[in-house]
Amino acid sequence: MVDVLFFAELQEAAGSEKINVEADGLSVNELRMKLKSSYDLTNLDNAMTAVNEEYSREDTVLKSGDVVAFIPPVSGG
Amino acid sequence: MINKFWITQEPINPNDCIEKVARHEAGAVNTFIGTVREFTKGKRTLFLEYQSYIPMAEKKLMQISEEIREKWGDADTAIVHRVGRLDITDIAVVIAVSTPHRADAFEASRYAIERIKEIVPIWKKEHWEDGTKWIGDQKEKTSYKKRIPSEEEMHDG
Repeated sequence: MVDVLFFAELQEAAGSEKINVEADGLSVNELRMKLKSSYDLTNLDNAMTAVNEEYSREDTVLKSGDVVAFIPPVSGG
Repeated sequence: MINKFWITQEPINPNDCIEKVARHEAGAVNTFIGTVREFTKGKRTLFLEYQSYIPMAEKKLMQISEEIREKWGDADTAIVHRVGRLDITDIAVVIAVSTPHRADAFEASRYAIERIKEIVPIWKKEHWEDGTKWIGDQKEKTSYKKRIPSEEEMHDG
């Protein structure tokens, strides 16, 4: 299982800031596809991803206990 | 080691940032203070709401200071960003950079704020009289509804 974090508009769309998903062995991109099929997250494709607090590639393979964050376009400052 | 990169819910005192970069080698401390603007292209902001992925944001702020050290050498950086509800004129971010000579401190602070807008996981939600919206367009792909100013316009001035 991996923890998936949502922020900003994605958090509001998902209705949750954190969910637990069976995604061991999936790539980040495969997790993205899986989430899109079960949640109405139209802006998920605009988000970057981080695995364990570092920006990740789409082909990064996930293992149990990983924390995956979907990072919508940032707007700090 | 002193923590020089942090996200806070509390009002920011710029001196908390400045004192973290004060040192004998410095001939300049430059600060950038980002504040909450009321009007953007004629549209009134009531207040802002900031959210952050705090542990990653603090790491990315530290990464920016490392990039500054690579580019300008002897530079010491401290950055604080506030989250939660911020009212008009409140301080959202403070950057302090100390260097031996002033030109580097000016340039490095400018670099830091531009990098924050690119890589640090912090988001702001505009609250207007007629609605709300999470802002964010670093990939320049988001299409905004009519009458809502673009990200570039948000950051101008």
